[in-house]
Amino acid sequence: MSGAVTAEGIGQPVRRKEDFRFITGNGHYTDDIARARQTWAYFLRSPHAHARIKSIDTSVAEAAPGVVAIFTGRHVADDGLGGLICGWTVTSKDGTPMKVGPHPILALDTVRYVGDHVAMVVAETLADARAAAELIDVDYEALPAAVALSTCQDEKTAQVHAEAPRNTCFEWELGNKAETEAAFAKADRVVKLDLTNNRLIPNAMEPRAAIGEYDKGSGIYTLHTTSQNPHVARLVLSAFVGVAPEHKLRVVAPDVGGGFGSKIFIYAEETACVWAAAKVGRPIKWTGDRSEAFLSDAHGRDHLSHAELALDKDGKFLGLRVKTVANLGAYLSTFSASVPTYLYGTLLSGQYDLPAIYVEVDGVYTHTAPVDAYRGAGRPEATYLVERIVETAARETGIDPAELRRRNYIRTFPHQTPVIMNYDAGDYEASLEAAMEAIDYKGFAARKSEAASRGKLRGIGMSSYIEACGLAPSAAVGSLGAGVGLWESAEVRVNPTGNIEVLTGSHSHGQGHETTFAQLVASRLGVPLDNVEIVHGDTDRVQFGMGTYGSRSGAVGMSAIVRALDKIEAKAKKIAAHLMEAAVEDIVFENGTFTVQGTDKSLAWAELSLAAYTAHGFPSADIEPGLKEGAFYDPTNFTFPAGCHICEVEIDPDTGITRIVKFVAVDDFGTVINPMIVEGQVHGGIAQGIGQALLEHGVYDPESGQLVTGSYMDYCMPRADDLPNFTLGFTKTVCPSNPLGMKGCGEAGAIASPPAIINAVTDALGIRDIEMPATPARVWEALQSAAPRAAAE
Amino acid sequence: MYQFNYERPKTLADAESLLGKADDPKILAGGQTLIPTLKQRLAMPSDVIDIGGIKELDFIRAEGDAVMIGAATRHATVSASPDVQKHNPALAALAGGIGDPAVRHMGTLGGSIANNDPAADYPAACLGLDAKIHTTKRLIEADEFFTGMFETALQDGEIIKEVTFPHPEKAAYMKFRNPASRYAMVGVFVSKGPWGVRVAVTGAGQNGVFRVAEMEEALAKNWSPDAVANIKLPAKGINSDLHGSAEYRAHLVTVMAKRAVAAAG
Ligand SMILES: Cc1cc2nc3c(=O)[nH]c(=O)nc-3n(C[C@H](O)[C@H](O)[C@H](O)COP(=O)(O)OP(=O)(O)OC[C@H]3O[C@@H](n4cnc5c(N)ncnc54)[C@H](O)[C@@H]3O)c2cc1C
Repeated sequence: MSGAVTAEGIGQPVRRKEDFRFITGNGHYTDDIARARQTWAYFLRSPHAHARIKSIDTSVAEAAPGVVAIFTGRHVADDGLGGLICGWTVTSKDGTPMKVGPHPILALDTVRYVGDHVAMVVAETLADARAAAELIDVDYEALPAAVALSTCQDEKTAQVHAEAPRNTCFEWELGNKAETEAAFAKADRVVKLDLTNNRLIPNAMEPRAAIGEYDKGSGIYTLHTTSQNPHVARLVLSAFVGVAPEHKLRVVAPDVGGGFGSKIFIYAEETACVWAAAKVGRPIKWTGDRSEAFLSDAHGRDHLSHAELALDKDGKFLGLRVKTVANLGAYLSTFSASVPTYLYGTLLSGQYDLPAIYVEVDGVYTHTAPVDAYRGAGRPEATYLVERIVETAARETGIDPAELRRRNYIRTFPHQTPVIMNYDAGDYEASLEAAMEAIDYKGFAARKSEAASRGKLRGIGMSSYIEACGLAPSAAVGSLGAGVGLWESAEVRVNPTGNIEVLTGSHSHGQGHETTFAQLVASRLGVPLDNVEIVHGDTDRVQFGMGTYGSRSGAVGMSAIVRALDKIEAKAKKIAAHLMEAAVEDIVFENGTFTVQGTDKSLAWAELSLAAYTAHGFPSADIEPGLKEGAFYDPTNFTFPAGCHICEVEIDPDTGITRIVKFVAVDDFGTVINPMIVEGQVHGGIAQGIGQALLEHGVYDPESGQLVTGSYMDYCMPRADDLPNFTLGFTKTVCPSNPLGMKGCGEAGAIASPPAIINAVTDALGIRDIEMPATPARVWEALQSAAPRAAAE
Repeated sequence: MYQFNYERPKTLADAESLLGKADDPKILAGGQTLIPTLKQRLAMPSDVIDIGGIKELDFIRAEGDAVMIGAATRHATVSASPDVQKHNPALAALAGGIGDPAVRHMGTLGGSIANNDPAADYPAACLGLDAKIHTTKRLIEADEFFTGMFETALQDGEIIKEVTFPHPEKAAYMKFRNPASRYAMVGVFVSKGPWGVRVAVTGAGQNGVFRVAEMEEALAKNWSPDAVANIKLPAKGINSDLHGSAEYRAHLVTVMAKRAVAAAG
């Protein structure tokens, strides 16, 4: 590769190109867009967790001021529209496919969670729509609800879907049961732990929004929506829901203010808006408010697990046995079945040479909001389990936690785990040593006794995490039940003046692609960053692409750009050879200039670009005019970022307040394109991990199924003063499965940090476990029930 | 929001007469509580009378042995006031610890105590400092003003004009913030002054702000953190929710009281 080291090239901390427009209020979010003759939608939502709809009377509401139309589930069904789908099929251990209940766009006769969609009011203004919604008379027969994860599989518990007895969607397994039992039979020690992975509510800064439009002349529907993957949305809405044929549906995801997974999915609101736009003959706009986001954005995590780790007398791991109950909520969301299965069970080997693993996961329905991928998606749950039980094993065997990990690290690559994954490269000890050095692990004992002299409890905890991201390759995910392929696409268009447009199937909603992708192109073609435009998010402008999630846009999305650039370079060299009357093999391309080896002949990038389009005298059989190339890239493996996070906390035993006093993260992301953006991603990920570990909790009332944490009054988002200064470090092993050697950094912080924090908290308190979030109240209660350790008075 | 008539009178007299004429009026001060309530359609007043433009309600005056604060004075103004900082630093600190900067630049003293949120800070200062609440109709002692959760002695059409805070000899407020909302999960205001010793607790009580007689007696005998260290509140009558049990909050009252006494010096 003829990459140049420039101030804007690969590896440089270039300032984000997109920030100026965002921080000066010049972004274009869906809600910023207004269409001529636009109407407003408001969704009437279920106040019950579970109820039968006996009747809906919209007559009074229809006569209310400003009302254009009111739609219920009946209209949707009569129009023959399909329901929302789950794009990943999981098969139970008995060979049966998962049991899927219907997921109507507007409820037909049953509502299944508080916030479920009952009717859509379309009116001249939002205020009119809301006012009219209050006039809709819904006669509900309230029914008992299945809310608590621990009891939802009981015979007596209310059923969410008739299709799924005992609310069980699937009973999945992975690994070798017999080998695992044999490993436990010969174990010298078995460590057991019950764990809860708390439900989280995503809270992207921009709430979801949509504008549906229909053009009668062309028959084309247009949907502007807050999506991480507009092409996937178009595919689902056309092929499965049946809103319009794919070529008659345009989906645009303009600037999107954060997603964290919650905007991957295809929801009822945007579907209803685009469908109904043709019915009312006017554009329909919907912007969710924060309360609606709490109720109806897909939530994350929510597992109950029992784990057992078998060790021999030297602390070598022999086997791991896991049983997890994973909450899916009331309906299967777009990818929900994959999250607690293939994105979870496959990571249970952690960084360790674990000869035998057996995991069982029951995916269960409850009368709560759907649960789907949320930053990390399955890998945080796996990492939490592995790193908590490894820490517990260290404490029970008396082996230092770092030493126990060292004894069990995988050291040769490639490494085939017992749970599908084939780790390609890594150096786990390098990250561990760097993190221990950075936090001054050796000095901890002294810091602990100093804290004790002030009446404070100090604890330290680590997490040696691994995750699988760069979600791909298609063949692998296809064999595991995915309904889609997970490649990525790119098209590079060189304009006659030499500037460049890159059309990518990835979608940027906080990741900074406009900068990092441009850095790649700039270093490769030797042009200034400002001459590169990254185009994404519009199915009319960009070829089919898979979108952004699973930290895949670098490893997969940029690799596609690399492939397209390879083709551009090859063609450009051909043109250069023709223009300079030389052999193609003699053309050298460096720093944006083509030269003929051994001569002083040269051609600048802009000259060549123009020549590609003037095409005067091209031998047309050999060289087509123009300079534009595309590529679809499918990698050979997942990528495996890994590293070590260490957290040090200080707890005030009087109040139970936990303060994170030190936090070190050492990550191996392979090649880094822009260290500033990578650090930002790690910061954000750790902030969310701290949120999960200490602050955030989505709570439903176990009886009524009402969302107790439905606003920031009760749902605790991390704030700047909840976070310490992060000390970051990087180690590097190059990823062999993509041309840039990148691994992906978007989720690592959220995956790695929660167990490090809880390991530190339980270390400080001298207890086995504390449920996340470890709030002051929970910490204080733990101190009351545990025999309080002397916090040296 | 539902529709309502909006008025912004310039004088207190105009405000009173508008209140008298309207069907079901609501006073709007900083709007930090009322506007969200309206937006969520939890209130449907016929008229909203905005007192934010009434100059005679926006002042801070130190006179004799007290500070008088107009009802429409913003939290940020109180916390930055040299008079309050000089004579009643605990009150200035309390005002400076309410919500966030946006809330402090909009929210008012009158709005806060009229609302009497059981987790609000100002009620603890009023009760803890033996404050006098002057309304358009009468003078109400703090002890009589806060009558229960979101309940006060105010009658329909009665506007708070100002609050008189006598100077304490010693005072401090210690707030344990609810991690999510940052309101007081437990806030304890302790003071010593011409009125003797007062200990007022907000955030914890099921009926809103209350005084702790046992702590007041102990501190009257011995003004030191140790005097309250072993006084434990019974959990009965204390709030219990997602953020903490009644036992935990009761325990925090002792911890915050101890720290407040220590901070008061
Ligand atoms: C994000 C956020 C965080 C907050 N955090 C805190 C906190 O930590 N601690 C805390 O104590 N508070 C907190 N608050 C509340 C804040 O202090 C508000 O200022 C207060 O609740 C109401 O004051 P206001 O001036 O905004 O009143 P408004 O919202 O305008 O009115 C509130 C009520 O008081 C009535 N009222 C207003 N003025 C008068 C008057 N002069 N006479 C009679 N009735 C009157 C109104 O009719 C209404 O019923 C917070 C608020 C927000 C939005």
